[in-house]
Amino acid sequence: MSERVLVLGATSGIGRALVRALAADGAELVVAGRDRAQLERIAADAALRSGRPVAAEPYDALCPESHAAFLDACFAHADGLDGVVLCHGTMVEQKAAERELAPALEMLDVNVRGSISLLEGAARRLEAAGSGWIAALSSVAAERGRRRNYLYGASKAALSVTLEGMRSRLAHAGIPVVDVRPGPVDTRLTWARGLPAVASPERVARDLLRGVRRGRAVVYSPWPWRLVMLGVRWLPASLVERFDARATR
Amino acid sequence: MSARAHGAGVRAARIEALSGWGLHPVETCRVHRPESLEALQELVADTGTRLIPRGLGRSYGDAALNPEGVVLARRLDALLDFDAETRLLRCQAGASLAEILEVFLPRGFCFPVTPGTRHITVGGAIAADVHGKNHHRSGSTAASLEDFRLLLASGEIVSCSRQQNPDLFWATLGGMGLTGVVVEARLRMRPVETAYMQVEVCRARDLDHLLALSEADADYEYGVAWIDCLARGRSLGRAVLLRANHATRADLSGAAAAAPFRAPVGLRPRVPFRLPSFTLNAWSVRAFNEAYFRAQREGSKLQACERYFYPLDRVAGWNLVYGRRGLLQYQVWLPFATAREGLVELLEAFSDARRASFLAVLKSFGPASDGLLSFPGPGITLSLDLPHTGADLVALLQRLDRGVARRGGRVYLAKDACLERERFFEMYPGAARFRDVKAKVDPECRFVSSLARRLGLVDAA
Repeated sequence: MSERVLVLGATSGIGRALVRALAADGAELVVAGRDRAQLERIAADAALRSGRPVAAEPYDALCPESHAAFLDACFAHADGLDGVVLCHGTMVEQKAAERELAPALEMLDVNVRGSISLLEGAARRLEAAGSGWIAALSSVAAERGRRRNYLYGASKAALSVTLEGMRSRLAHAGIPVVDVRPGPVDTRLTWARGLPAVASPERVARDLLRGVRRGRAVVYSPWPWRLVMLGVRWLPASLVERFDARATR
Repeated sequence: MSARAHGAGVRAARIEALSGWGLHPVETCRVHRPESLEALQELVADTGTRLIPRGLGRSYGDAALNPEGVVLARRLDALLDFDAETRLLRCQAGASLAEILEVFLPRGFCFPVTPGTRHITVGGAIAADVHGKNHHRSGSTAASLEDFRLLLASGEIVSCSRQQNPDLFWATLGGMGLTGVVVEARLRMRPVETAYMQVEVCRARDLDHLLALSEADADYEYGVAWIDCLARGRSLGRAVLLRANHATRADLSGAAAAAPFRAPVGLRPRVPFRLPSFTLNAWSVRAFNEAYFRAQREGSKLQACERYFYPLDRVAGWNLVYGRRGLLQYQVWLPFATAREGLVELLEAFSDARRASFLAVLKSFGPASDGLLSFPGPGITLSLDLPHTGADLVALLQRLDRGVARRGGRVYLAKDACLERERFFEMYPGAARFRDVKAKVDPECRFVSSLARRLGLVDAA
């Protein structure tokens, strides 16, 4: 049976890679994003690759009051959905946020309010249907408040805590909730900064789908981040502060 | 909802040392990578930038280099539409031939014209008006290209075809990305019964034997010869000729017949890093060439079409074998009338200079397209990969360029890294008209490459 999957944030770098990977598996897709023109192209591409119908549904993460109707429309397309992936998100550089807070607050609106609104809506619908799965893109930045990105990290930490609780809530219904934590990924957010070790969006998409198939709780992508973060989580605060001070000097 | 980049406007670029596939020259460029058509439009609308579009970086020299700005097209790669009746595929120009093939070969379609690697973008295929092993029959990319949409320096997107904006169509086809950014194209795919080729292998003793065999190509849609260019004297031009047709269902048996579109392509090793420059020398290359010739048995065989079309794609990153200094690829075309004497001069020059080249490639071409800067025309083309050894090699190639120009031939811009300006204008009579069209659509010269500056294709400083 081919899966029916909703991809929220399908126009993001990871979203597009995910749509392609799902299309190659023959999934029946609903792709959702903000930019309608780009969304139509992604839907056409996926339909051509999968040979199956693909629906495009625009939405605005900043507008939670519209989410119920939007999700209803998504769930109506294929007479229900099996999976919901949330990969929208934005990042405001910490330095920029310290100069001007407003864009960072908007980031919290997208990454936290918008995500929770959509995830809660999706959880209720899947729970009612009695099956399915949920996956969302958090970040390794969620695990420790670091000087260079703690506001972004805070937004992802809120998301990860939400997913953790939701996993516990939906366990009885057999609905896995997967928290995907990539390191830096080769997308627009990282391009101009020229970071050394970035994972390809395709890699993250692959890891995410494997995590879903195996019903994992937390997926690190690429996997060595699991070990790195294990270390970072247990470092004493004084040491983290010293690293941060050195990195910004 | 897509990610929003704050504080990182449309000019957000990465500073990167870039080169073509030949690894030479290397230039430090501002590299942009728009994630959508809209972002690309914004970038082009920002008049402070000068750009050259770049696909998968398979041109060998400086065609896709520009220190002021390189714009990567590879994230604009959606397949948009396929009409089964007309067999027209509409896609964004950043889509690679490999990705398209992956989707369409299992459905029984391939490209009517395909170059020696599938790791190029559709935009790149248009910019270089690429040719394949069937040029004598099917022509260049031009022949399979229905139309395209071009983003101009003005920010406007215009449709170009043989009927609509024909000047711009023929300037852009082979125009090395200097007229604007091709954002979308329609290509006519070709139906095939299987993913296999019926390949006929024969050996040629020398150049005359090879040319005679090439002329008798009429029964074969595809043809390519691998020449041992270290062979001298009487065996100058010793070659293996591989001619082929698409295999039909009737040609297959056993497992292949059960899955005609699942041809095994074998292992795909990768060169992990740049090998030391001494890896390739006259001895190692001679040994390789000798082994290759001995391995080729005459007769016919069935081969996966991807292996026939893209032999070098089997080793990812093969250019790294050439080490730190990289390679110069030298591909020339000579009209039939002067081809023989021209080839003798070239082959003798390389074998006298003991220039080691992995098997050089020889093909015959059919009629030219109307592209103002298109490379192929009726005649013979020869290409060699030469380890870059410095000024002496450049001097040798520039000396040979003069002979090629005198014989009415030309050098392929997509491969070139050292052609001189005067020679270029002798070889490409369409260049003057190209400059006129360019001046009309891009008066401020917003699209410029290092190649364009070197050859005087633009007036930019």
